Amino acid sequence: MWTWFHRLASPPSFYRLAERLAPWLGLGAVVLLAFGWFYGLVYAPADYQQKDAFRIIYVHVPAAAVSLSLYSAMAIAGVIVVIWRIKLAECVVVSIAPVGASMTAIALVTGMLWGKPMWGAYWVWDARLTSELVLLFLYLGVIGLHEAFDDARAAARACSLLAIVGSINVPIVKFSVEWWNSLHQGSTIFKMGKASISPDMALPLYAALAGTFLFCAYAVLRRIQNELLWRERGTSWAKEHLSAVTVH
Amino acid sequence: MSGVWAVFAREMRLAGRSKTEWMMPPFFFVIVITLFGLGAEANDPRLADFAPAMLWVAALLSTLLTLERLFRGDLEDGTLEQVCLSRTPLVLATAVKLLAHWVLSGLPLVALSAPLALGLGMRSDAIGVLVLSLALGSPCISLVGGFVAALTVGLPRGGLLLPVLVLPLITPVVVFGAGAVRSVQDGLDPQAPLYFLSAILALCVTLVPWAATAAIRNAFD
Repeated sequence: MWTWFHRLASPPSFYRLAERLAPWLGLGAVVLLAFGWFYGLVYAPADYQQKDAFRIIYVHVPAAAVSLSLYSAMAIAGVIVVIWRIKLAECVVVSIAPVGASMTAIALVTGMLWGKPMWGAYWVWDARLTSELVLLFLYLGVIGLHEAFDDARAAARACSLLAIVGSINVPIVKFSVEWWNSLHQGSTIFKMGKASISPDMALPLYAALAGTFLFCAYAVLRRIQNELLWRERGTSWAKEHLSAVTVH
Repeated sequence: MSGVWAVFAREMRLAGRSKTEWMMPPFFFVIVITLFGLGAEANDPRLADFAPAMLWVAALLSTLLTLERLFRGDLEDGTLEQVCLSRTPLVLATAVKLLAHWVLSGLPLVALSAPLALGLGMRSDAIGVLVLSLALGSPCISLVGGFVAALTVGLPRGGLLLPVLVLPLITPVVVFGAGAVRSVQDGLDPQAPLYFLSAILALCVTLVPWAATAAIRNAFD
C-alpha cells in the first residue's frame, strides 16, 4: 500500500515527476497572473474610498497569503524531517526558505508603498506589520543557519527544528488583527460568510492568488530539483541526467 | 535522579570557579541602563515612559552574552558526549542545564531590575509588575536561547548567528513583557499580557527541552 509513497520520496522518481509537473505549474501561473493583473489593474472598478491605490492588493494580498502558507509548509516538512528523516523533505525545507523570504519581502514593500498614501506613513508599529517583519527574520534565520553548516543533512535537520519552533509565529501573524486592536484592516475574503468585496474586484484577486500560489509551487519545485541534483551528484541517475542535458 | 542533580551541581561548581563569566551579564545590564540615563537629558521624566522597553531589551541582550558558551565548552571538553551516553535521559539533563543557566544569568537580572527601574523614575506599582514580568519572561529567554545555542553549537561562526536567530523568536516575550509594564503605567490592568507571558513560559518549559535535545543530537550525527 505504501509503495507509491516510498517511490515518490525517492530522489530520481520525484525528480522525474517534478520535471513533468513543473511546466504545467509555470504555465498556469503565467496565465492566471496575466489575467488577474490585467483585469485587476485595468478593468476592475476603482475603490470608492481608496481610488486606484487599492489595486496594489493584487500583488500584496497574494504575496502575504503565500508567505504564511509557505512557512506552514516549511514547518510541516520540518516535522517530517525530524520524525521520519526523509531526504526529500529535507530538500523541501531548504528550498522553501528563499522563496518564502522573497514573498514576505514583497508583501512588506507593497504594504509600505500602500501605507504611505493611505495611512500617511510607510511604517507603523502595528502588530500585523511587525509580525510579518518577524516572519521575514525567521526566514532569513533559516537561510543563514543553512549556509553555516557544511553537511547538507545536518543543515536541513537544524533548519527543520528552527522552522518548527518558529512556527508559533504564524498563528500570531494570522490572528494578530483580532488579538490586538490593529490599524491593518481585517480580511475581506478569508472569512466566514459573504465576502465583503465587489465581484469585479474579487475575481482578479482570486486569479492573482491562485497564480501566485502556482508560481511559488513552480519556484519551489525547481529549487528542489536543483537541490536533489546537487546532493545526488555522485549517483548514477544524476550523472546520466546531467550528461543527457549537456548533450542536447 | 542522581545524574540530574550531578549536572546541576557541576554547573554551579563551574560557575563558582569562573566568576567573571557570570558576573559580566549583570554588570553589562547595569552599564547599558546607566548609559541610557546618561545619554538622555538629566532627570528627563520621559525616561520612565521608555524604561520598560529599555530594561527588557537590556536584560535580553545581557542574557545573550552567556548563551554562546552554554554548550560550546561542554562540547569541546567532551562532557556533552558523556551526558549523551549516560543513563540520565538527555532531555532531563538539558532541561536542568537550562534551569542552571536561568538561575545564574536570569535571576540576577530580575533582582537588579528593581533598583534600576527606581533609578529611571518608574512608579512603584509598575516596578512590581516589571519584576514579575521579568521573572516570567527571563526563563523563556534562557530556554529559547538555549535551544538556539544547541542548534549552533558545532558551528565555527555560531556566535555570530546566535543573536540573529534568538531575537526574532523571542519577540512575543518582549511584546507581552514590556507591554504588561506599560499597561500599568497607562493605568490599565496588566493581567492579560501577564497571562500571555505565563502561557508562553508554560509552552517553553514543556516543549523547548525536547527541541534542544534534538538539536544536540543533530550536532553529533
